[in-house]
Amino acid sequence: MKLLVASLFALAIPMVAQAEIIVTDPWARASVLVSRPGAAYLTLTSDEPDRLLEVTSPVAGHVMLHGVETDAAGVSRMVQIEGLDVSPGTPVTLAPGSSHLMLMDLSRKLEEGESFPMTLVFEAAGKLTVEVPVLGPGAMAPMEERP
Amino acid sequence: MIENTRAHRLRRARLVIWAGAAALLLSAGGALTLRAYLAPQAPQATSVGEADIRSEFSLIDHTGRAVTEADFAGRWQLVFFGFTHCPDICPTTLAYMGSVLDLLGPEAERVAPLFITVDPARDTVPVMAEYVSAFHPRLVGLTGTEAQVADAAQAFRTWYERVEEETAPGGYMMAHAGHIYLMDPDGRFEAVFQERDQPPEVVAEEILMQIEKEERQG
Repeated sequence: MKLLVASLFALAIPMVAQAEIIVTDPWARASVLVSRPGAAYLTLTSDEPDRLLEVTSPVAGHVMLHGVETDAAGVSRMVQIEGLDVSPGTPVTLAPGSSHLMLMDLSRKLEEGESFPMTLVFEAAGKLTVEVPVLGPGAMAPMEERP
Repeated sequence: MIENTRAHRLRRARLVIWAGAAALLLSAGGALTLRAYLAPQAPQATSVGEADIRSEFSLIDHTGRAVTEADFAGRWQLVFFGFTHCPDICPTTLAYMGSVLDLLGPEAERVAPLFITVDPARDTVPVMAEYVSAFHPRLVGLTGTEAQVADAAQAFRTWYERVEEETAPGGYMMAHAGHIYLMDPDGRFEAVFQERDQPPEVVAEEILMQIEKEERQG
């Protein structure tokens, strides 16, 4: 209902929107070699329909959003995703083997144990900067929750 | 806005969206916009008889030694084709193979884990040495000339293709099949796995079962 009212307002007058995006468990893999692209993963949850438009980080020349498509012959290939929609109540998880943020032109090797900032730009929620911990080069999932 | 908690929150207050902009964004929205990024061409059919898949190659290992399938005779082989500029599938699959090896315990001695690059121009011996050591101490990296790699891929009936991509490091990426082959001690095809299809425990169990079966028959 709130959404409907907001939509109606959007058609008539400048709208005041308030969206909350939650980024859970951001993590990246350590680089094995400095000139290789890195990969970062995270989970997005939003209370409003929103869309991830762009990602930047000081450690990368640019960041691309990639999905993986597999055809009938079992061949997997990366596809660039122009934007990632987040629906209310449905978390979107980027995880190894499915989709990832590809960190291109790394300015330095990502070392296990460190972390780096990454800024996500959303259509409605605007900019959000998260600190991304670097796990091992073969890490498969974010760190376990500490008790 | 950076917090040290695991969940980072942002409450973006009062973002003003004008009606026109909202309409525009609505029309631009919708489902994920996917652009074919790698290899828009459909690959050739890879469905061939299993008997055709065989371990045959003449390559250079990550220590610089020339090797063929004969160097691994008598051991089971776990074989994966990939390349070191691959950001996601290759590290994921190699880490998975590492987990399988660890789960095999002492029986891992009877399995040769082979990572064959499909990008030999960039994946030279020193590059392969540094790369494989990051995943498992027993992982063997194999490279060679373009022709040697093509022959190896042909023997395994696998597929790869160079794709020009100007934003990629070096201006290109490699598209490739993501299969892990299990070959028997005679270099014959036994099974094929993909990382996402089952946990590493299932693959380890399958290998242990095959080793046991082969011993009973042997």
